[in-house]
Amino acid sequence: MTVTASRTSSAGSPNRAPGGRATRRRPWLGRNPIGLLLSAPYLVFVIAVFAYPLVFAVYMAFHDYFFAAPGAQVDRPFVGLDNFQEVLSDPAVIRSFGNVGIFLLINVPLTVVLSLVLATALNKAVRGRTFLRVAYYVPYVTASVAVVGVWLFLFSGGGLVNQILGPLAPDPSWLISPTWAMPTIALFVTWKQLGFYILLYLAALQSVSTELYEAASTDGAGAIRKFFSVTIPGVRPATVLVLLLSTVTGANLFTEPYLLTGGGGPNGASTSPVLLMYQKGIEQGNPDTASAIGIILVIGVLILAFIQRKVAGGDES
Amino acid sequence: MSERTPGTSTGTISTRAPGRRTTSGMSRGQNILRGVVLTIGAVAFLFPFYYMIVGSLQKSPDTSIAGAFPNPANLTLENYADINSRVNLMQTLLNSGIFTGGVILGTLVFGVLVGYALAQLQWRGRGITFALVLLVQVVPFQLLMIPLYVMIARDYGLADNYLGMILPFAINSTAVIIFRQYFLQVPRELFDAARIDGAGEVVLLWRIALPLVRPALLTVVLLTFIGPWNEFLWPFLVTKPASMQPLAVALANYISTVAASAANPFGAVLAGACVLAGPAVILFILFQRHFVSTDIGSGVKG
Repeated sequence: MTVTASRTSSAGSPNRAPGGRATRRRPWLGRNPIGLLLSAPYLVFVIAVFAYPLVFAVYMAFHDYFFAAPGAQVDRPFVGLDNFQEVLSDPAVIRSFGNVGIFLLINVPLTVVLSLVLATALNKAVRGRTFLRVAYYVPYVTASVAVVGVWLFLFSGGGLVNQILGPLAPDPSWLISPTWAMPTIALFVTWKQLGFYILLYLAALQSVSTELYEAASTDGAGAIRKFFSVTIPGVRPATVLVLLLSTVTGANLFTEPYLLTGGGGPNGASTSPVLLMYQKGIEQGNPDTASAIGIILVIGVLILAFIQRKVAGGDES
Repeated sequence: MSERTPGTSTGTISTRAPGRRTTSGMSRGQNILRGVVLTIGAVAFLFPFYYMIVGSLQKSPDTSIAGAFPNPANLTLENYADINSRVNLMQTLLNSGIFTGGVILGTLVFGVLVGYALAQLQWRGRGITFALVLLVQVVPFQLLMIPLYVMIARDYGLADNYLGMILPFAINSTAVIIFRQYFLQVPRELFDAARIDGAGEVVLLWRIALPLVRPALLTVVLLTFIGPWNEFLWPFLVTKPASMQPLAVALANYISTVAASAANPFGAVLAGACVLAGPAVILFILFQRHFVSTDIGSGVKG
């Protein structure tokens, strides 16, 4: 009500200096229409590389889509939910979603706990801060393909890890064991991405007010108590972000099972949905079923993100 | 005194009289605990890299515990020659360079333009454009993988082509946000004054805006570099001939077909890994100050 009232009153007095902005007639494209021109290449890019393919993916999933010679007129009929039905009745697909579930169960909690603990320790460290920051971040800036080489070497049958473990080494070894292949991949990804999340938490820790820590000290709280009562609630927005990002990254798993376990082996024990999308969509030429897997995957991630937000997010953004 | 175990000393702190300690006066035990945690972390993060270098120099792969230390009798540069004969290092590095350079160029040019327009100009659609910049960050690439492959490789015939490799990454939306953030810090009056003096928008951007955000340029180059340089999935999909593949793809193909033939497959793989990891790690170490956490945080959070 008040808004409309002030609108009409200010419209009646166009000469009012400070409050009169709303009444000044602006050109339809804004004061600096050149802004639209400067942004045009980006907008075209977003439409071509994000919006259109997104719609295209949904289209493919609901049609009998197949590759045809360029320019050929082919009939690609609408098939409703057939592709989804085919995908969901394929045990390999179900297996891959189960695998990614195992991956997330290991990777996400480990990522949150380790990055928060290391960020907290790093935040208060005086000596060697720069060195440590660099050390933690190096895996993140390195290509997966490069570090996969070392992990293959470390975790191979006669590799260093098994040499150190001696009789405790699993048989068959890590990457060729149906039980250990997925956990090893989860450990690899946690290790590789951790530096990024440590930096996120470090930034978040800067905004936790020191007064809270002082107040907690005054009340006699020890370091552990302060960590649980001040630090963890203080960085909750960052935790929500870390949960979301690590879930999304995990759902997109491809390079690691492709290289570490030789394409999702042993016997499909480490296949990820994205690996299946590649095999079905591009190797076997069924982009329609591959798109259906992609859509199911994204819906799954959205549901997970929603649950995480409900549980960890509270009312903060 | 340094023999005190971390556990007991953290125990004693909580029983101390309240209000006695300041935040800077941390107990010795706590410092030790922190040091231990941080050191274990650093070793866990750095050891694989150390092992990568050691392994790449071994004549025959030595996986024993002693093998983790360089043994002068078992040192060689053979592996680098070996990987070079399997994977043309010059050509694949050049391909990686063109791919990465193209992405950086597109991101810088278009990122500055949009960042400036979003921060300093008022135009219809600005709000929607900024919402798009944020929205694009949550679209998973893997969902777009199949349609993009169909479009770029099949419909536009851009497979085995640098343009096809670059196109999906041509503008990095995180960079747009970083540029916008920097341009927001520049007072608008500065631009208004220049406009009154009769400067055109292009001159304004080139002469005034760009020099003011020079630190952002470096940050964006560094952040953008690691994306395409390390990218595997997309160039792997669109390049078939070895002469077009970036190093990451060529090395991955070598790893997945490996073992079979090479005399020391691990040595050759690790030598290739060192060559691939080298540029990114060196750039990062040289410019690590510019990988500021707040930039990355703001990049993600918006």
